[in-house]
Amino acid sequence: MLDFPRWKVIWLWSLTIIGILAAIPSLTTAAGFAWPSQLPEPRVNLGLDLAGGSHILLEADPSQVTSQRLEGMEESVRGKVASSDGKVRVSDIAQTNGTLTFVVQDPTQVDAMREMVLPLTSGAGLTGQRDWKIEVVDGTRFILTPTPEGIAQAVTQAMDTAVEVVRKRIDALGTREPTIIRQGDNRIVVQVPGLQDPAALKSLLGQTAKLEFKLVDTTALPSDIAKGIVPPGSELVPFAPGSPQAGTRLAVKRLGGIRGDTLTNAQQSNNQQTNEPVVSITFNNEGGAKFAKLTTANVNKPFAIILDGKVLSAPNINEPIIGGTAQISGSFTAQSANQLAISLRSGALPVDLKVVEERTVGPDLGADSIRKGMIAMLVGTVAVMAFIFFTYGRFGVYADIALVINVLMILGVMAIVNTTLTLPGIAGFVLTIGAAVDANVLINERIREERKRGRRVVQAVEMGYKEASRAIYDANITNIIAAVLMFLFGSGPVKGFAVVLVIGIMTSVFTAMTMTRLWVSQWLRKARPSTIEI
Amino acid sequence: MKLVKLVPDDTNIHFLKWRIPFFIVSGLLVLASWALVLTEGLNFGVDFVGGQMIRATFERSATAPVGGLRSEVTALGYGEPIIQTYGKPNQVSIRMKLPKGADHDPALADTMTRTITADLKAKHADVRIDGVDSVSGKVSKELGWTAFKALGFAAIAISIYIWVRFEWQFGVGALVSLVHDVSLTLGMFAVTQIEFDLNIVAALLTLIGYSLNDTIVVYDRIRENLKKYRRMPMPELLDLSVNETLARTVMTSLMMLITLTALLLLGPQVIFGFTAAITLGIFVGTYSSIYMAAPILIWLRVTSGSFVPNESAQDRQERLAREGA
Repeated sequence: MLDFPRWKVIWLWSLTIIGILAAIPSLTTAAGFAWPSQLPEPRVNLGLDLAGGSHILLEADPSQVTSQRLEGMEESVRGKVASSDGKVRVSDIAQTNGTLTFVVQDPTQVDAMREMVLPLTSGAGLTGQRDWKIEVVDGTRFILTPTPEGIAQAVTQAMDTAVEVVRKRIDALGTREPTIIRQGDNRIVVQVPGLQDPAALKSLLGQTAKLEFKLVDTTALPSDIAKGIVPPGSELVPFAPGSPQAGTRLAVKRLGGIRGDTLTNAQQSNNQQTNEPVVSITFNNEGGAKFAKLTTANVNKPFAIILDGKVLSAPNINEPIIGGTAQISGSFTAQSANQLAISLRSGALPVDLKVVEERTVGPDLGADSIRKGMIAMLVGTVAVMAFIFFTYGRFGVYADIALVINVLMILGVMAIVNTTLTLPGIAGFVLTIGAAVDANVLINERIREERKRGRRVVQAVEMGYKEASRAIYDANITNIIAAVLMFLFGSGPVKGFAVVLVIGIMTSVFTAMTMTRLWVSQWLRKARPSTIEI
Repeated sequence: MKLVKLVPDDTNIHFLKWRIPFFIVSGLLVLASWALVLTEGLNFGVDFVGGQMIRATFERSATAPVGGLRSEVTALGYGEPIIQTYGKPNQVSIRMKLPKGADHDPALADTMTRTITADLKAKHADVRIDGVDSVSGKVSKELGWTAFKALGFAAIAISIYIWVRFEWQFGVGALVSLVHDVSLTLGMFAVTQIEFDLNIVAALLTLIGYSLNDTIVVYDRIRENLKKYRRMPMPELLDLSVNETLARTVMTSLMMLITLTALLLLGPQVIFGFTAAITLGIFVGTYSSIYMAAPILIWLRVTSGSFVPNESAQDRQERLAREGA
């Protein structure tokens, strides 16, 4: 128990020194000194609750992904039918209860139809399911149902894209070091240190930025629109709040429009005639060609510019627009036009994101907490150290040195594994100090006991460490169990607390048991005392 | 140097003599705590019930104008706020329910925050907004459920660990004293109406871990003594074990008291409730390790046979022969 071969001594001291060295950058920063940038600098990050900033939890609605897939499938099926040159004719296309149904008019063409639909589906999941189930009932009625695997895959893809889009938009705002993490199946956490007013950020993330150009159905009568009646193949879209026609709706053709996902650029600019803020967009080749085709075929007809299901404006197509660029007008302010330009540049969000949790912390509170936490820790540590010294003498000195090294090592390990210190984490830090000396109390009390029973010095020390270590390990393992559960189930700050606890438990076992044993054994071997004061 | 000894050598206090009255008192305290939690309720923060919390400090006032604030905020038409000071008398948290429909349109919650903070700043020149928390009903339900799961799993996992390391009776004893400690701490939150938020759950998990430290130290000594003194009656053996570990118990409790007092008095105010929970829990934990965890072993009939395999008649004769020789 008290035998330490030379390699072990070197090993233990190197661990200790690495731990202490790693703590130095964090300490100098806290004390206000700049750390030379050419040196490596592992440093403890401050959590949002200490540094100040905003935490936003966004949630997507998976059912939206499902309905988008139905839309997409309907469009693909119509496209296939149209390109069959009248060979296959279908009727009664409808989306009902999350399925797409249609009837093939000629029963002999059912197999041909099946051949056409099959390539529109693809594999999903690991066990060979496809993303759509194709059924034929009553001989000619097709029922296409998205499978759960297909939906799950679509949601995952949508969320991956959403995280990318969110990142691009936040980068465009120029905020520093944002953290953007996917959480669970359909959530995204956004943390921006230092951000005090998250309103701009939230309105930017709240905008799906799904841009569509659709032809206006001029055959619809205003009286019918008011009653909610639309011609077949068209739909009613409300005007955006803030536009002159706000509160009314417009009938537009459901299919045959152009989506804004073919843009290469979007910039805020001003209309040359009216000097109103507008958004100038540039299409890619494919989108430009489609746009040219649409505008050439529909000169002198109005088309609607629709953003996130709201009509921004419905200008007339005065001439074919073939250059691949266009201007979007729609009662913008310079700011809202700029925001839309950012959103369009970063691409549309594949799903709407809603803010379900938001936390903002001012910078003063955090700074105050750090200062008070440090004072509490210093006072607590000094008082505990004094107490330990007066109770255990030389053995107390060893425990005290172990305590100081422990504090530094916790900081060092936190810096090395790059964890974040949160407000409850400060409490965890202080608490660890009280708990860390428990190991030394147990050991020293046991040595006292063994001496009272008449054991010789070396034997008593040996027994003290041996007998106490059982309880120390059991107690620390139960603490780690609690901390691990805290980490698994806790959110942000609580997780930070759990990490400090676990690191503190490990370093305290190392310093309070291993290191003090090393020092005690070295002293015993050198001084060979026949009696000890403990 | 003369060393300090807080506990004299060879104490022989008959702790277990009062085990039945203390057990009854503890049982009553647990019942009272739950009765309070159920009747008075816990003062749940927005983490668990949803809503919005604005934290503010009145920098140049000794106390926050809580009454005035309440009528000012109510006048804004978003319903009646819950306003409490926390930490210092000039720091308040203002809690509101989220406006109707905010689950669908988060902009409504934003408008409410803006209206309230603008109103505060207009009417109080020295106000400093320290933070805004806004949690939707759905998220708060999930947070509550995961917190509950974390506590439950922790208690069970720890008990299983102790069962594996000791014997099943010890696992039961640890579980009972855990429930006791957490119940009394919850009772304290019901009495004081300190805000119960996510951090408090972390505090409860911590005290589950730390209050068990005492239990484990006592149990470890009981196990050791059971092997050493096979014929000693159980109450006497428990008393001996508690007395032998008394110096350590007092010393460690004192160390924890020192650091926690420093944190309570000098530490950050925002986590006052958190520190208070841990402080209370740790002392309840020390008590329960002596008066809950230990006597349960008597009632569950732990004997030295629990750790030493029963001897066959032949082994016994051989042992007696050896001991006689």
